[in-house]
Amino acid sequence: MSSQESQLPKLPPELQDTVHLSVLDQVYNWSRKRSLWPMFFGLACCAIEMIASFDPRFDLARFGMEIMRASPRQADLMIVSGTVTKRMAPQLVRLYNQMAEPKYVIAMGACAISGGPFKEAYNVVSGVDKLVPVDVYVPGCPPRPEGLFNAVFALHKRMDQERIKDLRWYQKGECQGIPVPALGPDLVDYLLTDEDIATDYRPPRLHKTVVAEQEEA
Amino acid sequence: MADERQLSELTADALGALEEQFPGVAQPAERIGLVIEPHQLVDVATFLRDELDFAYLSCVTALDYPEATDNFPARYEAAYNLYRSEGGPLVLHVHADRDDPVIPSLIEIWPSAGVQEREAWDLMGIRFDGHPDLRRILLWEGFEGHPLRKDWHEPYYEEDQKPFRSRFPDGEPVLDEEDTTFGRNLRYPHDWVEDGVLEIPEGWESEAESAVYKPLELVAAAVKEELGTEQVVLNIGPQHPSTHGVLRMVACLDGETVLGLEPVLGYLHRSHEKIGERNLWLGNMPFTDRLDYITSMYNNFGYAVAVEKLMDVDVPERAEYIRVIMGELTRLMNHLVSVGFLCNDLGIYFTAMLYALEEREFVIDLFEMASGSRMMCNYFRFGGVAHDLPDAFMPMARELVFERFPRRIDELETYLLDNEVFQGRTKRIGVLPPEAAVAYGCTGPLLRGSGVPYDVRRAEPYSVYDEFDWDVVVGNNGDVFDRVLVRFGEMRESLRILRQALDRLPEGPIQGGRVRPNTRVPEGEAYGRVEHPKGELGFYLVSDGGTNPFRYHIRTASFVNLGVLGELCRGNKIADVVAILGSIDITLGEVDR
Amino acid sequence: MYGLGIAKSLGVTMRHFIVTYLDDLKWLFKGGFGSRYTPEALPERQSPSARGIFTIQYPDEEPPLPERFRVFPFHVIDPETGKSRCTACGMCARVCPPQCIWIKRGEDPETGRPAKEPAEFYIDVSICMSCGLCAEACPFDAIKMDQDYEVAAYERFDSLLWDLDKLTEPQSYDVVLHPSDYATDDGSSQ
Repeated sequence: MSSQESQLPKLPPELQDTVHLSVLDQVYNWSRKRSLWPMFFGLACCAIEMIASFDPRFDLARFGMEIMRASPRQADLMIVSGTVTKRMAPQLVRLYNQMAEPKYVIAMGACAISGGPFKEAYNVVSGVDKLVPVDVYVPGCPPRPEGLFNAVFALHKRMDQERIKDLRWYQKGECQGIPVPALGPDLVDYLLTDEDIATDYRPPRLHKTVVAEQEEA
Repeated sequence: MADERQLSELTADALGALEEQFPGVAQPAERIGLVIEPHQLVDVATFLRDELDFAYLSCVTALDYPEATDNFPARYEAAYNLYRSEGGPLVLHVHADRDDPVIPSLIEIWPSAGVQEREAWDLMGIRFDGHPDLRRILLWEGFEGHPLRKDWHEPYYEEDQKPFRSRFPDGEPVLDEEDTTFGRNLRYPHDWVEDGVLEIPEGWESEAESAVYKPLELVAAAVKEELGTEQVVLNIGPQHPSTHGVLRMVACLDGETVLGLEPVLGYLHRSHEKIGERNLWLGNMPFTDRLDYITSMYNNFGYAVAVEKLMDVDVPERAEYIRVIMGELTRLMNHLVSVGFLCNDLGIYFTAMLYALEEREFVIDLFEMASGSRMMCNYFRFGGVAHDLPDAFMPMARELVFERFPRRIDELETYLLDNEVFQGRTKRIGVLPPEAAVAYGCTGPLLRGSGVPYDVRRAEPYSVYDEFDWDVVVGNNGDVFDRVLVRFGEMRESLRILRQALDRLPEGPIQGGRVRPNTRVPEGEAYGRVEHPKGELGFYLVSDGGTNPFRYHIRTASFVNLGVLGELCRGNKIADVVAILGSIDITLGEVDR
Repeated sequence: MYGLGIAKSLGVTMRHFIVTYLDDLKWLFKGGFGSRYTPEALPERQSPSARGIFTIQYPDEEPPLPERFRVFPFHVIDPETGKSRCTACGMCARVCPPQCIWIKRGEDPETGRPAKEPAEFYIDVSICMSCGLCAEACPFDAIKMDQDYEVAAYERFDSLLWDLDKLTEPQSYDVVLHPSDYATDDGSSQ
């Protein structure tokens, strides 16, 4: 950001009060981040904390996020709050596909990040990032409304670093939606039928250096 | 508790009459209640309902005994808890074969068995002969297996019971994702997987959606012949602006009139019952917070009351008073939120809801002070409560209960109840006759709004509710407006109880006896129920003397109350469906568990 | 008369609206401009007798948190030994309802027998349900509940599995969070 700012020419003193120079990226990002409209996507307990963050005490409307749009076409941000079950997974992916770009996803709460305390349940998807790409994760069960604000600010920071020429929705080509899973003997996820994805998918192990050292020893 | 002996005397009369009518039919069951043979079940049930007035079937539990117990062979079992206006429970057990479990359905006698038998079929695999619509309710058609069976293991299965040995003393954090084929919580039939790649068979199609629409197609077909007008099948949800959660309703409409409506559940089914069998007894307490996530204190209360029926531990008086204070604050908060969300659904976009949420913030401030968390309180323990009240609690509670809340409830009443638009949208909508309410197993403000004065705090008193002076609030007509009135009345009664409790709070210990985390609960079977703000919350617990439950079944008010939604909505306009749903007051965490 | 109920409802809303301005005026007369948003004024604005706007201006103002508030666990450093009091007894790992604690018991390098300290200690914060049973069950008061709720992360596997380094805090931190634990003694907890 500062390197971009340093490329701006210096203004003569008589114009400094009336003219503001900014890089187009900054203006673009600022106007988008100050009017990020969330979609109603409350699933479970975290939805109550999300609704509480709209109540008079915390008031997410101060940051331009007042309008909660029920229709995905009009929303920018999907706050996945609550456990994602396999039954709900097709609808979630369908709604994500229907959202217009630019779109962001915040995974709010332990259940949305990894299945949470219900991870071992047979009807729970262990994390919404198995279905859609996630931008910010907020742990907590449920996270306080201020924790959600913190996540929204983290998302703002991430949005500030976006540059127009790199944005995915301005690239050439058609936008590929995510294939919607179906309900079969278990959740049928079409991403797994592609051989590359199926066999290459492994989450990175955190302590791989420790394990590698022990294996060498 | 105070009236247990009196209750059992009333039930003993009933047992005597039963023995006279059907000699030798009822045998004593393994632990509590009677065993009835399947082929005599319907006759016995009809006699119990008609002659002995057991009009209320509270809970249908499916049990799985893979090994023979002391008196009976390995079996599947269904347990029925019956109540009447004074007395109960009468627990009936019916055994079914291990290979092909079939039990006659009791839906003709008690319609409240409708949704509960569907759940028993879905999760345990017991078929109910005579049920008109035995489909899966929480999972989808096409799901493989019946998950609550003891031999069914989930894809991330590690061990039968917690604590897992992989955590200590040699704990290496291996995430569940790393141990399964696809890195996900998925398991497919053998012929679907080849070399770690999913191979879907040719021509396979998901049957989940078509199964959902089947009952409505019959409704639509019946009407089509008359006039040739278009019937529309409309999906409401699971993502919709109403704040109740992920509930889906499929409605068959003729213009704007609802011909038939089916709630489709299971979008939040998180298998509390299967996880409950793996957890320690105390470890289930934070999970009960997540059942009805708005009223976590009362879920804890219900679980504590149920387990204390199995354990032999006395709750000190201060702890009982604190429990009642927390419980009634929860009831107040729940009714405020319920009225607020109903107004939100009716179209008073956000104003009434925000007024209600502002008051809720004060109540959860109190909870945060006492227990440590705004919503997931985890405050109750077996034999008392976890922590004592901090010093700052009483002044704030007194100011709220004596000053702020009465003012705010008066203001909300002025705001809503005289409003002609509100009255026009809620009066004479969704009328539930009292006999139907009892037959469908409805409880809570839904039942009392129809004129039936049944409250578990009076019918089967628990804790110290019988030491306070309070009334049961009853409505007249059974429409949406009356249920709102009942909720306002119950808010005032809660304030009345709170005023008495705060004034009379005794000193003393807050926990009776030392209960360790891996405590063993004595062998037994019990059904503990409480008057949850939404209705009757019951826990059917079976213990085999170990550190983990053998069977953990939760009977929630919202799940059974939803069984009546289709009946109530028939004939009303589509705009009234939202009002009726709001007045039933459900929370999806409780419905789907 | 039809419409009287609607007029009453509108009156309630209007009263709420006007009262917020009157409350602002009250603060203006009491302390001058900006006195409403000082930290001393916050408890009064959040008390049950508050009438005006009920908002806490996060991130400029922090919400008042009670002592028992719990988010995620942390280890307390014993000031005498300079390390955590944890003896790797495993109680917290056993009692955790979603089983999100992994403990690897340390080994005494000379004798090879189990040592009374953990070699590794992990908490998977993406599963933790903030129940506080681990802190209740610990017999050595080594693990307590933290109150830091600003834990948003961009990555899931890199940032949300916390090891012993990330989980340890000095005792001075715990004294600030839980003063009533240290009220009677000096340093050693109950």
